[in-house]
Amino acid sequence: MYALDGNAIGGMLEELFGRDMTAAVGCCAGCGARGPLAECMVYRGGPGVVVRCRVCQTLLMAFVRVREIVCIDLGGLSEWEPAPAA
Amino acid sequence: MAGTALRGGLTWVVATVSSVIEETPSARTLELDVPGWPGHLAGQHVDIRLTSEDGYRAERAYSIASAPGEAPAITVERLDNGEVSPYLTEEVRKGDAFEVRGPIGGYFVWRPEDGGPLFLAAGGSGVVPMRSILRHRRRSGSPVKARLLLSARTLEDVIYRAELEGPDVVHTLTRERPPGWSGYARRVDLDLLREVAWPAIENPLAYVCGPTPFVEVVAAGLVALGYALQRVRTERFGGA
Repeated sequence: MYALDGNAIGGMLEELFGRDMTAAVGCCAGCGARGPLAECMVYRGGPGVVVRCRVCQTLLMAFVRVREIVCIDLGGLSEWEPAPAA
Repeated sequence: MAGTALRGGLTWVVATVSSVIEETPSARTLELDVPGWPGHLAGQHVDIRLTSEDGYRAERAYSIASAPGEAPAITVERLDNGEVSPYLTEEVRKGDAFEVRGPIGGYFVWRPEDGGPLFLAAGGSGVVPMRSILRHRRRSGSPVKARLLLSARTLEDVIYRAELEGPDVVHTLTRERPPGWSGYARRVDLDLLREVAWPAIENPLAYVCGPTPFVEVVAAGLVALGYALQRVRTERFGGA
């Protein structure tokens, strides 16, 4: 399975956070790499969505939806700056 | 893990297909009438949700093919083992309806003030957001120059060929070439990029869209040629 990227979950992220997050810049807690969420590796073949660092593969974020509840794990991000206002 | 359910501004609405345009034997454009459509930026996408009679739902993201100011349209390429694309490319008719939310995305977008020169590289249906960008460039009177690299399996598979044809469009056909073909005839590689991409010294702005392996090769190649990493914007898509 090829990884997609953060663009593919732009709709889900906007649904959850109320604004575009693909241009938001995150910092990987594993290696310190910094970049827009759109450039992260995204796997959505499993029961949830997994977002990994393009540089070191650290698990940055995971999203699992159970009925109408979404569990969000952002443990792999050491920093997260919102996107500049559109 | 913290559990929460938040409500954003992005909501599903029922869109109606207002016209169907056959683009290639396996791809077609659906123009959509979306109530309350707020307008979009070049490069954005929509999510489409199909619900079957038994309640099963499938969601996919499709790039918007039309320019800002035009009605939203998507171009869908049929994937033989797909779950959503066979319906959208074979069954759906003018007047049919399905759920849409969007526009989505603030990263893979081009505004005239972003400038250029633009180097656009598309694999297969990765050309869809490029059409939106090129139309927007033309409609907005942007003076930036733009070059488009299109990789397709065969000439017949090139979407929007008539509209996009011009001196700054470069084709490479990876599977089959018509007799007398003088264009490129291989998968994109570093040498090909060196020949067709604007030189890095011009500080180009690149957009790369296509299947993941195509995007990886092109994005890494452009950076190897000296393009600034933050000026190579990428969008990958998968199957189904």
